[in-house]
Amino acid sequence: MSARKKKVGIAFAAAASGIVLALTGCSSSDPLDEPSVTAQAGSIVVGSQAYYSNEIVAEIYAQALEANGFTVERKFNIGQRDAYIPSLESGEVQLFPEYTGNLLQFYDATTTATTTDDVYAALQTALPDGLVALEQSSATDQDSYNVTADFAATYNLESLADLANVDVPLTLGGAPELEERPYGPTGLKELYGLDVGFSATGDTTVEDLVAGTVNIANVYSADPRIQTENLVTLADPEGLFLASNVVPIANADIADSVADVINAVSAALTPEGLVALNVQSTDDQMSTPDIAAAWLEANGLN
Amino acid sequence: MNLFAEAFAWLFSPDRLTGSHPLPAAIGEHLFYTFVSVAIAALIAVPLGYLVGHTGKGRDLAVALAGAGRAVPSFGLIVLLVLVLGVTHKPLAAVITFVLLAVPSILAGAYSGLESIDRAVIDAGRATGMTEWQIFRRIEVPLGLPLLVAGMRSAVLQVVATVTLAAYVGLGGLGYYIIQGVPLRRYDQILGGALAVTILALVLDGVFALLERLAVPPGAPRQSRKSSRREIQTREEMEQIEHYPVEQSN
Repeated sequence: MSARKKKVGIAFAAAASGIVLALTGCSSSDPLDEPSVTAQAGSIVVGSQAYYSNEIVAEIYAQALEANGFTVERKFNIGQRDAYIPSLESGEVQLFPEYTGNLLQFYDATTTATTTDDVYAALQTALPDGLVALEQSSATDQDSYNVTADFAATYNLESLADLANVDVPLTLGGAPELEERPYGPTGLKELYGLDVGFSATGDTTVEDLVAGTVNIANVYSADPRIQTENLVTLADPEGLFLASNVVPIANADIADSVADVINAVSAALTPEGLVALNVQSTDDQMSTPDIAAAWLEANGLN
Repeated sequence: MNLFAEAFAWLFSPDRLTGSHPLPAAIGEHLFYTFVSVAIAALIAVPLGYLVGHTGKGRDLAVALAGAGRAVPSFGLIVLLVLVLGVTHKPLAAVITFVLLAVPSILAGAYSGLESIDRAVIDAGRATGMTEWQIFRRIEVPLGLPLLVAGMRSAVLQVVATVTLAAYVGLGGLGYYIIQGVPLRRYDQILGGALAVTILALVLDGVFALLERLAVPPGAPRQSRKSSRREIQTREEMEQIEHYPVEQSN
């Protein structure tokens, strides 16, 4: 009897250790849990979002700095804006590739700027004292509403305004927070008079659009799948979305010393160039350092 | 504590009854996925656990399975299944994930319930001329019930907490408030959603604690509490034999 109970105990212990393993698995994959190394004098800490495209740009910054004699420490994959902004403001991370519109909205939710130049100007005002926006690049990676090519052909869609002619119920798919964003269903109603439903499709937004569970999808404009899945990005004549150009955000202490190197990168980074970088990651499965090295080589910045 | 006050204010705000994700609907979705998953898991695990417990065969496999099954990372599995089965089968992917999570506890409850019965009781039944089916139906099932319900209780608790992930693949439930709240930095909403899941889990646990008590057949020792299980050895087990109806009807 007691032997049997012991065996049951062992089963529970095994289960418990399984849970513990699962939990430790979680914690070790959390980049914020890595032993933090304080920035050494003369070295630049470059961070990136948990977004492959952002990480490629961060790696380009890092390699460009290294090519110019800087010591670089990489703190990549630090989650989303809410997670890394405090580190950036505190100086724990000193250089970060950002997106003008989204960052502006983070600091100033009520902003009315939508064009590239207005957003960049507003961002410089909105940034806290310790942070500096270096030169923005022409490459954009911003929210955009997309439909399938078939859907666009059926209803003759070119812009968001054309959606008014669609006679089936419209469902917008995107990350859960899109439902509450100013450019979400509320913005579509206000600027284009559209009544759209919302489905939190998260990571499978493009798959959902292709499968037809939603008919409008929020996809980042530099996403290669807009081409590979044959999606049509609807024009935004009323300025629902903020322009969101790739912009290096630097700590004020190091901004001047890295400005020349990083501004040269921004000048060379084009919208098509950014999509091409993303394609090398998603389709060609190249590693981030290889993609960055090849791009710097091709642009004569190494 | 201020955050808790805000979270409760969020939770009990009249706004929770309107909007695209009203709280009652979210609780409904959450309970739906919990019960459907646990029910399917019970349909799989109870017969299997009884078979293992009654025959004593495949016991090591069941132990290993139950242990390993609990280590399956639900988050990875649900996303993987959505990608493998396709986005049109999201509910199926979610239910499979939750069923796999619930099976180990129920399986362990079912076979350990049967195994915890003193062999003397079963031998007594056999000696009185009971068929194997009668032994199973009239001795093993009633006496094993408290541990089976305990297994179901732990399965429900794990599943109700994990159904939070359904929102990650767009299926709603209480997790939606948490998953949507994080990028929006709405901490009252995040904590409110987490509190709602916690309250739901505590309520369900309370209900199953009650069921566990009710599952103890008359005359059998209460062995539902973990602490008492190890302490009660010979004396109560003797009582179990003495008081059991089969013995008395002999």
